[in-house]
Amino acid sequence: MTYTELFVSTSAALKDGERKIIPFGETEIAVYRMDGKLYGYENLCPHQGGPACEGLTMPKVEEVLAPDKTFERHRFNYDEWHIVCPWHGWEYKLKTGEYVVNRKFRLKAFEVIERGGNIYVLATEKQPQRLSVPTEASQSSGRK
Amino acid sequence: MKFPNSDYHMMEIEDADTTKILANAAKQRDERRFQDFLIVDADCHHYETESLKEIIDFIEDPVLKQRAKLETQTGTGVITSILPGRAGMQNLSGRITRYSLRKAEKTDTGNGRRAAQLTLRSMNAMGVDYCCLFPTPMVSLGLHPEPEMENQFSWAYNRWLTEVLLPSEPRIKAMPYLPFNDPEATYRTVKEFGHRKGVVGFLMVTVRYKPVYDNAFMKTYSLIEEMGKPLAFHAAYNWADRMFSTTNKFIVAHAFGFFIFNALACANWVVNGLPERFPKLKLIWIESGLAWIPWLMQRLDNEYKMRSSECPALKRLPSEYMREMFYTTQPMELPEDLSVLESTFKMVNAETQLLWASDYPHWDMDLPSKIYDLPILSEQAKRNILGENARRVFGLGVDDRAAQGAPVNGPAASVR
Repeated sequence: MTYTELFVSTSAALKDGERKIIPFGETEIAVYRMDGKLYGYENLCPHQGGPACEGLTMPKVEEVLAPDKTFERHRFNYDEWHIVCPWHGWEYKLKTGEYVVNRKFRLKAFEVIERGGNIYVLATEKQPQRLSVPTEASQSSGRK
Repeated sequence: MKFPNSDYHMMEIEDADTTKILANAAKQRDERRFQDFLIVDADCHHYETESLKEIIDFIEDPVLKQRAKLETQTGTGVITSILPGRAGMQNLSGRITRYSLRKAEKTDTGNGRRAAQLTLRSMNAMGVDYCCLFPTPMVSLGLHPEPEMENQFSWAYNRWLTEVLLPSEPRIKAMPYLPFNDPEATYRTVKEFGHRKGVVGFLMVTVRYKPVYDNAFMKTYSLIEEMGKPLAFHAAYNWADRMFSTTNKFIVAHAFGFFIFNALACANWVVNGLPERFPKLKLIWIESGLAWIPWLMQRLDNEYKMRSSECPALKRLPSEYMREMFYTTQPMELPEDLSVLESTFKMVNAETQLLWASDYPHWDMDLPSKIYDLPILSEQAKRNILGENARRVFGLGVDDRAAQGAPVNGPAASVR
């Protein structure tokens, strides 16, 4: 399989916890560095097509219960970060791209490499001609 | 000041732009060739608080006008004496970033330009030809403890709407707000504003404590029926309502609130036989989604079969009257099993009674693709729901669309 290497940025320009978006044909790819690793996703939400990666990156919110199962509080889990689509708030696990509510939906992932002080995305297509992720409505089970 | 999405798109808060925010909507518009058919957004919103100074100029009561003016000029900016505030977090703790960005977006000012320009930017991005524009904080005005404030502010808003905003923008339509806590003022509002340019119906917000079956409203319903325009019941939530005192979650207050007040008004309308009294009066139920309709139809039918003596005005099942009403889609529930939605469409006669709505810019907005991408609808059904049904119920002439040439809803169309 042939790959197209897309320059993202220099290594120094993408610090841990940061994100960079680059154009790719008719779409865009976002590259995140988190806990020393790189992750690449199409900037497109499978819900209604929002620019998922342009939203906030937020830690997972968890519920804290006491041993007797009474509610205590909510807390941020800084070990699990979520990409939050700014259009409707759909949240995706930053390290897998999975939609946190239903693993059937995920951000389209791209391989990212770091070489010679630079970061590249490896893409199998040269220039996608259209948005590559259908919306939730078109993916629902139905007929016609 | 930089915003999280500032690296590639270089959007700083000061450069906030609806066109950029909805760039992917514009791609959907072009991929699906929305320019080939009519799209009408039956419910989108502006924030009248952004045009407050202009609106307040139309308040006629000098005492209330003085108070309102003062609150736009000095103090904390918490406008509690004009528009009642509501607890809630529609912006999902900042996750829906357009809420934070809106204030910074640049437009012209004065003469309704801000409301018009922001609305046209979102319409153009989505491929919408015409919209019916509604206010936002005013959906709580029916809860204002001073009925005269609802009367005075809504009268001022309706004047600003029909004398400033609508005459300048043929693609934007609207409905005068009815101060429903005062039946006489409601009647006066219909008479005064019903025939004005760009008025396609009348807005009644159901979050209030005034029943639709009150005899005092009958002459208003007769007048609206005679005009041939729809009466639209717009939903909202009210977390402070006693009903919601046992929920600690906004999701519950919102999910319930946005259908329960409409469902209650709809049930009251039907069982009091108002469809028999006003058979030609068109009703639209707005922003409650769709799942409540089959539920209410089945509940009412089941009980009516045993309790018909309580509803002697009815000549048919409650569901049969409801099937002749109109409903906006948003926020349309999308069940995993689409046969559920298919059943709902069948029960509401979707092909003729359903109107697509975006509710933009609110957090649970829907794009036209929410309807267009559904595999259970025929092409004609999609076009009816996205535009043709609204054209019929609003009595829309679409000359403006044709006059603009193709593509009518291109990126720069009609934005001034």
